Amino acid sequence: MRMRRGTPVAAAALALALMATACQGAGEVTEGEDADLAVATGVTEDTITVGTHQPLTGVAASGYSPISRGAQAVFDYVNEQGGVNGRQIDYVVKDDAYDPAQTVDVTRELVDEEIFAMFGGLGTPTHSGVLDYLNEEGIPDVFPASGALVWNSPEEYPLTYGWQTDYTKEAKVQGQYIAENFPGQNVGFFYQNDDVGTDSQAGLDQYLTDEVVAREHYESSVTDISAQIAALQAAEAEVVVCSCIPAFMANAMLTASAMEYSPQWVVSSIGGDTRTLQGMLAAFSDGAVEGEAADAFLDGLVITSYMPRIEDPEDEWAQLFIEVWEDYREDDSEVLTNTHVFGMTQAVMFSQALLEAGEDLDRQALIDTLHSIEWQGPSPVPFTSSEDDRGGHQGVYVVQYQAGGDIELIQDTRVTDNAGGPIEETDFTQLSPSELAFHD
Amino acid sequence: MSSPTRERAEGATAPTSQGSPPASPKAGFWKRIPSPVRNLLLAALALTAISGLMLFSSDLSSLRYAAVGYTLLAIAGLQLLVGGSGQVSLGHGAFMMIGAYSMALLVLHLPMLPLAANLLIVVVVSAVAGLLVGAATARLHGPYLAGATLILAVGLPGLAHRYHDVLGGSNGLRIRVAGAPPGLENLVSDEQWTSIVVWTVVLLALAVLATVSGGRLGRRMRSVRDDETAAAMAGVPVGSTKVAAFVIASTAGGLAGALQIYVLGTATPSIFTLALSLTLLAVLVLGGVGSMWGALWAALAVVYLELWVSDLAGLLEMNSNVENNLPLVFFGIVLILVLRFWPLGIQGIFQRLAARRRLSETSR
Repeated sequence: MRMRRGTPVAAAALALALMATACQGAGEVTEGEDADLAVATGVTEDTITVGTHQPLTGVAASGYSPISRGAQAVFDYVNEQGGVNGRQIDYVVKDDAYDPAQTVDVTRELVDEEIFAMFGGLGTPTHSGVLDYLNEEGIPDVFPASGALVWNSPEEYPLTYGWQTDYTKEAKVQGQYIAENFPGQNVGFFYQNDDVGTDSQAGLDQYLTDEVVAREHYESSVTDISAQIAALQAAEAEVVVCSCIPAFMANAMLTASAMEYSPQWVVSSIGGDTRTLQGMLAAFSDGAVEGEAADAFLDGLVITSYMPRIEDPEDEWAQLFIEVWEDYREDDSEVLTNTHVFGMTQAVMFSQALLEAGEDLDRQALIDTLHSIEWQGPSPVPFTSSEDDRGGHQGVYVVQYQAGGDIELIQDTRVTDNAGGPIEETDFTQLSPSELAFHD
Repeated sequence: MSSPTRERAEGATAPTSQGSPPASPKAGFWKRIPSPVRNLLLAALALTAISGLMLFSSDLSSLRYAAVGYTLLAIAGLQLLVGGSGQVSLGHGAFMMIGAYSMALLVLHLPMLPLAANLLIVVVVSAVAGLLVGAATARLHGPYLAGATLILAVGLPGLAHRYHDVLGGSNGLRIRVAGAPPGLENLVSDEQWTSIVVWTVVLLALAVLATVSGGRLGRRMRSVRDDETAAAMAGVPVGSTKVAAFVIASTAGGLAGALQIYVLGTATPSIFTLALSLTLLAVLVLGGVGSMWGALWAALAVVYLELWVSDLAGLLEMNSNVENNLPLVFFGIVLILVLRFWPLGIQGIFQRLAARRRLSETSR
C-alpha cells in the first residue's frame, strides 16, 4: 500500500514531538522561589507608576469605566498638592474590555512597562486570571475591585489585598436587617448566577430561613428577566433582595412595575448607585421613566453601603469628592456618581499607604505599611489589610433612598466575618479629609 | 464514524500516488518529496526560525507570538471550512471553547497527564463535537447553516452558567501549568517555553491542514464548494466531504482553544462569545479566504492591529472615549476598504503583486 506511506510518518513525527514537549504532568506545578520584594520597580526620584486593568470599552464599560476616571481625578488632585513624599503618582489604565483573555495581555504589558504595583484591577473573572501571575512576579496586588472571597487568601496569594466588603459579609447584615425590620414577611432572592449569588446567599441564609419563598437568578448576558420577576410575584415575595449590578436592579424594577408588582427592594452596594440607576431607568424605558418618575421608582429603596455616599450632604469626604470631581474631571458634562466614588475612595487609601510607606519606597515597604497601617477613612466602615486578614471593608451600613435625592441612614455600620461569626456594632468613626494625611 | 478519518487519510496521501511531472530539475526534487513530509519539513523550518526569534524576545513578545500561533490555528481551521468547503460557520469560537474547557478540566482533575496526552484527548473531543455538528448541519446551506452554527456560538457559553459547579459559571476555570522543564530553566523563560510549545503544536497541525488541503479531500471540498450538484455527479460524496471539513475545522478550533488556555491560564464564557466567532470570520475575510497564508495575516491582525492603533491613539492625545474605541472603528474601516479594493483580502494583494511581477518578467 504505497498510498498510505505518509500517514504513519506524520503520525510518528507528531507523537514524538508532542512527547518531547511534555514529559511531566501538565498540571504538576513546581513552586518557584518567592519573588524579591526589596525592589523599587516603577519608582523614580519623582514618580511612582501604578497600573490597573479596567473595562474602558465593551459591554461593561458603561457600568465600570467611571471608577478609573474617579481614581484619576483623585490622583491628579494628590499630584497637584505635591504628590506623596515628593513623588507624582502616574496611574496607567489599560483597557481589557472585561475580557479575561485581554486582562492577561494588558497585565503582562503593565508589568513589562515596570509598574510598582497593580492597583484596583477590576472584575472577578478578569482579575482571577492574573492573580497567580502577579503573586509569582512579586507585584503587590492592591485592592482588586470586586467582592470575591478569593482576594482574602493570604496563604495562597500573599501579595493580594481585598478592598470591597465581600458579598457574604454584606449579605449577612442584609439578612439580619430584614429579619429584624420586616419580621414575618415573605422574602425573595434575586441574584446574579456567579460568585455574587452564591456568596450572597451564604450570608442571607444565616438569618433568613422560613421566610424565603423564592430564589431566582439571572445571567448577566440575558436581559429578559420577566420570568424570574413573575416567579417572585407568584411566590408573593414582599421583600426582594437583589444581589445584582445596577443594570439588573433597574431592569428588575421596570419589569416588576410592568407587572404591577411592587415589593420592598433591598439592594447590595454593587447595584445601589442611585444616580446610575436613574440613568439606566431612563435608558431602559426609552425615556418613559425619567427625572421625577425615575426618582419615584427608587423611593424607599434599601441599600447597603460601605463607602462615603454623594447623596449625603453631611459627609465631608463626599463633599471633597464633589469638589475634586468638579476640578479634575476630563469631560465637563460627566456627572459624579457613587461609582466614581468607588475609584476615588480607593485612590485616597492607596495614596495614604504610599505616603505612610515613606521616602525609601520599595515593594516590601508598601507591604509592611499595608500590614501595619491603621485605616481611618474615607469610609465610615472599619478596614483591614493585615498579615492574615485581607478582607478589606469589614461591614456595611444601611441607608434608605428618598425621592428628591436624599438618603436616610437607617442602620449604623455593623461588622462581621464571612463565616458564621456574629454581627457586631462598632464605634468606628472616620477622620475628616483635613485630618487624614494622604498627600504632601 | 470511520468515513471522515478514512477520507482524511486518503486525502493526506493522495499526492504521492500522482507523481506529478517535474517542471524544472530543482523544483522537481522538492515536488517529488511526498506532500506530508514536505509540509512537515516546512513546519520544522518555520519552528526553528520562530524558536530562534523567541530566544531574543521579551516575555511579553513571546506571549504575543503564542497568541498569533493559536489564533492562526483557529483561523486556519476555519479557512479550510469556509474557503475550502464553502460552509460558513458563525460558531467557530464554540469549538475553541470546547477545546479550552476540555483542557482545563483535564489539567484540574488529572494533573498527572502530560500536555501531549491532554492535547490528544482535546483533539478527540473536538473532533467528536465537530462530527456531531457537521452531521447535523451537512444538509444546510447558506443562511440556514450560518443560523445553525450561530446557535452554537450563542448557546454553548450558556452551558458554563448552567453547570457552574463543574464549569465555574461566569468566572470560568483557572489552571496553572508546568513551565519550562527542568534542565531548560536557565536557557528559556516559562513564557518563551510556552510559546515554543504552542508553535510546535500549531505548525504540526498546520502541516496536517496543508496536506489535507492539497490532497484529494481538499480537491473534493473545493469541488463541493464550487458546485455541489456537479461534484455529486462527478462521484464526490458531498455529504461526507462536508462533514469531514467540519471535523477538521472543529479539531483545529478545539486545539487552538486548548493552547489558548495553556497560555492564558483562564477560560471563561466571556472569552468565547459570539463576538469571537464573528471576529474570526471577519479577519479571515480580511486576511484572504482560500489561502493558508491568509490565515496568517488574519492572526497577525487579531493580535497586533488593535495594539498598534491604540498606541497610535495614545500618541494623538485624544479624548479618552474616542481613544478607547478607535481600534474597533479602525478595524471596521480597514475591513471595508480592503474588501472594496482587494476582495481577496491581504493575501489577494500579495497574489496580485506576484502576478504582476510574473507578467512583467515574461513580457521582458
